[in-house]
Amino acid sequence: MRLDPIAAPSLRRQIGLPALALLATIAVAMMLALIAGANPLATLGLIAKGAVGSKFAALETLNRATPLIFTGLAVAVAFRAKLWNIGAEAQLYAGAIVAVLLGTGVLGAPLVLPVSALAAMLAGALVLLGPVMLKTRLGVDEVVTTLLLNFVMLLFVSYLLEGPMKDPMGMGWPKSAALVKEARLPRIVDGLRLHWGFALALIAAVAVWVIQTRSTLGFEMRAVGQNREAARFAGMPVNVVLVKTALLSGGLAALAGWSEVAGLKGHLSSDLSPGFGYTGIIVAMLALLHPLGVVLSALFVAAIFVGSDSMSRAAGVPTYIADMLLATALLFMVLALMLTRYRVVWK
Amino acid sequence: MTDPRDVVMRLDRITKRFGALTANDAISLTLRRGEVVALLGENGAGKTTLMNILFGHYVADDGRVEVFGQPLSPGNPRAALAAGVGMVHQHFTLADNLTVLDNIRLGTESLLSRGASRAAARARVDRLSRDFGLAVHPDARVGSLTVGERQRVEILKALYRDARILILDEPTAVLTPQEAEALFATLRRAIAQGLSILFISHKLHEVMAIADRCVVLRHGKVVGEVTTAETSGAALAAMMVGGEIALPEARPATAGKVLMRLDGVTTPDKGAAPGLKRVTLDLRAGEIVGLAGVSGNGQAALADLISGLILPGSGSVTMDGPLARWSPREAIRQGIARIPEDRHKTGTIADFTLTENAVLEGYWQPGFSKAGLMDWRAAEGFAQGIIAAYDVRCPGPGARIRLLSGGNMQKLILGRVLEPGPKIILANQPVRGLDVGAIAYVQSRLIAARDGGAAVLLISEDLDEIMGLADVIHVMSEGRLSPGFPRGSKTAAELGLWMAGQGFDHAA
Repeated sequence: MRLDPIAAPSLRRQIGLPALALLATIAVAMMLALIAGANPLATLGLIAKGAVGSKFAALETLNRATPLIFTGLAVAVAFRAKLWNIGAEAQLYAGAIVAVLLGTGVLGAPLVLPVSALAAMLAGALVLLGPVMLKTRLGVDEVVTTLLLNFVMLLFVSYLLEGPMKDPMGMGWPKSAALVKEARLPRIVDGLRLHWGFALALIAAVAVWVIQTRSTLGFEMRAVGQNREAARFAGMPVNVVLVKTALLSGGLAALAGWSEVAGLKGHLSSDLSPGFGYTGIIVAMLALLHPLGVVLSALFVAAIFVGSDSMSRAAGVPTYIADMLLATALLFMVLALMLTRYRVVWK
Repeated sequence: MTDPRDVVMRLDRITKRFGALTANDAISLTLRRGEVVALLGENGAGKTTLMNILFGHYVADDGRVEVFGQPLSPGNPRAALAAGVGMVHQHFTLADNLTVLDNIRLGTESLLSRGASRAAARARVDRLSRDFGLAVHPDARVGSLTVGERQRVEILKALYRDARILILDEPTAVLTPQEAEALFATLRRAIAQGLSILFISHKLHEVMAIADRCVVLRHGKVVGEVTTAETSGAALAAMMVGGEIALPEARPATAGKVLMRLDGVTTPDKGAAPGLKRVTLDLRAGEIVGLAGVSGNGQAALADLISGLILPGSGSVTMDGPLARWSPREAIRQGIARIPEDRHKTGTIADFTLTENAVLEGYWQPGFSKAGLMDWRAAEGFAQGIIAAYDVRCPGPGARIRLLSGGNMQKLILGRVLEPGPKIILANQPVRGLDVGAIAYVQSRLIAARDGGAAVLLISEDLDEIMGLADVIHVMSEGRLSPGFPRGSKTAAELGLWMAGQGFDHAA
């Protein structure tokens, strides 16, 4: 077997193959439902209904998509510069901690929201800065350091919740005190369970898109990502660009945690994120690292999660189907993208 | 005419299309026993495609290949080897950490075998290297060999596999004139023993010296087949490009003041590549300094230093006074135009557009960006200007640069670095891999820049290029720099001795 590159892939190939990937994912989903002993078509219908079948379901999907947009953007920004930030989870919790620190009465309205958001971004940026300095100064592989920092951060959060940040009124539960009302993100429309964090995520996506396509920094980040040697030769400060990328990426990931605490939960607990940082990698990859694509893929991923939850209650198929679906979707999509650029020749 | 049994390889109307492009258009070629045929052609003429078909990497759309009267099964890389065709690539395919003997046996027999088979292999390699004049020690590690020796190992490898037909792809590109002579002696012995050789080159004088016949390709077609004895280098060049071409005539220079001075500069070695060893060099306005030498003798260190990528370890570099800071961007700021050795890896970003590549070095300047925001319209205008003024053939400024041929890519780089009106031009292998037309263009631009008062440092492994263009020639060997020789004061053979490292002791 051999791969022949295709110089200019046809439009049919570029659209048809990803569509085929989606169909294949659905086929796998139906197979999984069958194995679990449910009616495959009905299961699919239940997932769709659970995700977008009612106003409540749709809003739930948007809420779930919010942190995924942030972490997806964080990953997309970093990966575009070939900075392998696997630590969005840790940066997310850094943002969540700051939301609690500044949101429990230290600051009042109207300062508390903007200040805590900026401080959260700074905290997330600092969490990623360490691994990046190790990379640029000593050549330490950031995949390892950012990945392992996730566990360090989770343990640190557990310590905080059992110790200094434990809610005295929490009846012994490991959670922080609740945010004061001024520190909470309001709902976009009264009575609808959707907070301003979602709007902020959309704004962030557009902002990242503008940075990448219009700014000198975006030009540098793309150049460093595509060809570090050429970027260096052309006089770009490669290490400075990597540090700036890290600050942006870490900051975006931190906003995910900040908005979950300030917008949705109102307090910090160690189950704040069911792996939003890691899922952000899938979101970014499905979006081909395009910041506006991240919004769409985050919505898709959130819909699968929310829909599977609801389907599971109705049909008795385990929610693990959601994880399997995402994994299959990613694998098929990566395969489809490779096949748009290469032709397989069997020998 | 000749006995048909003498034909060892026959390509019959080979055709290969890539979409709308016909890379090989009904190419026919015969190679006879004991004959050297040169395959000549510009870049993109279809030589590489033809070789890839012969070696089973591509399958031809039409036509067939016969070796010793037997059809070669298409698309099977082992078929050519089994049929007795050996290829010596331009870039060697040797394992540095293995010995010569193991490299030769690699792929044909188990390296773990000891005793009898190993001894037999060694005896065979010894005999082959004696018979063909390929002196190289079988137990030496390939990593410690010179480029010329590595090439000998490649040839031995092919001979060891009983190749009766040798295909050499630009074999002299990496050799000193003396090493090239030794290679030719080996090839003559091979012919005498009944082997046949297909010799791919763009150096016309070598083709004239070694080949019996020349087959010239242009735009995928055979445009001419001539007996070497009945043609001239000029006629071949004309055939390659399809018309008489005027190679630039360099007028004598009028050297002005020193624009950059290196004084006793030493830089650290980088792995196997030597750094500079107390190099002293003046670059003067209106003068082309040619730097000759076999690749890997410190040219990279000198180019990196002037490009701003590395700092001198000791010694000093002065331009209008000592340099306070030094970086690629500082070099650009100081008016140094840098044409890098590898335009694909260092000079351009393949998936960026022509516009993006045009402003890769200058995007931070006021004309192209303001307050951190790019002015893409200005950038595109700049790219359009280069495309028009430097005759870059391309679909437009928004096309990805990977779609361009090497010559057009180089023209864009030329425009990028020459448009700002540089004081110093560092041209590192500026015409390597380009076709004759593009070579003439690039060289005439360099001469024009010199006549306009720029100092040019031309680094090349091609001695002809250096001798044709440079006003002053320096030779580098193991990081040391020879004294400057004025144009015409040294013959190629004399420079070849310096390239091999002789003469430095007296000079130092």
